[in-house]
Amino acid sequence: MKLTNHVKINLPAVVGNEGFARAAVAAFCTPLSPSLEEINDIKTAVSEAVTNVIAHAYPERSGEAEVEVAIYDDKVITITVTDEGIGFADVNQAKKPFYTTKSAEEHSGMGFTIMEAFMDELEVRSEPGRGTRVTMRKAIKQHA
Amino acid sequence: MEFSSSVKDGVVVVALDGELDEKSAGQTREFLDKTIRANCHRLILDFKKVAFMDSTGIGVLLGRYKKLTQAGAELCVTNLNSQIDKVFRISGLYQIIKAV
Repeated sequence: MKLTNHVKINLPAVVGNEGFARAAVAAFCTPLSPSLEEINDIKTAVSEAVTNVIAHAYPERSGEAEVEVAIYDDKVITITVTDEGIGFADVNQAKKPFYTTKSAEEHSGMGFTIMEAFMDELEVRSEPGRGTRVTMRKAIKQHA
Repeated sequence: MEFSSSVKDGVVVVALDGELDEKSAGQTREFLDKTIRANCHRLILDFKKVAFMDSTGIGVLLGRYKKLTQAGAELCVTNLNSQIDKVFRISGLYQIIKAV
């Protein structure tokens, strides 16, 4: 696959930046003429990934979320959200529906389930003390 | 997030206006909890002006669902757009929260 466009955005992991991230990624993908459903899927998945960084990655210090979007062959979108936060040991457990470490704060634990359902592929890598990388792919099917 | 509400015969309708995510979750939770305290047997959330909701919104709704159920009341939603409808379908929210 040929890389046809890409962008990298570094954001402080603070509440409110999830909205900017999903809007920015959606705007970057707009030239591919995605359907409304496809663009909403992308916005939702990005919001989930960046919210995870904001809510979980840096409990005791400030940090950043790096959002990288790469477009291949003008139709396949790869979105990578990376942090250098506390990470976690068990990726399979974290991906289970309704699994959350913050039930008292009413986190639903559905973030990874939503990402998986709204995108074609989801890959999660995490290491305690080193951070987390979430990679999502989606092929845009409808071209105007 | 902005809110407007009306009450009739114990049915409270709250119209939400904005995006339901990490940024708006706290104020939404606070507003709805105040509303629940006001003796209602049914809370209907009108999503007509909500353009976006992610799983943070699921958490907010589940929390209100629990409180209402404990009080013998029910939570309903109406006017969901296609994005929010998909979040409801994927998460199974429709199994406990009725769309009216």
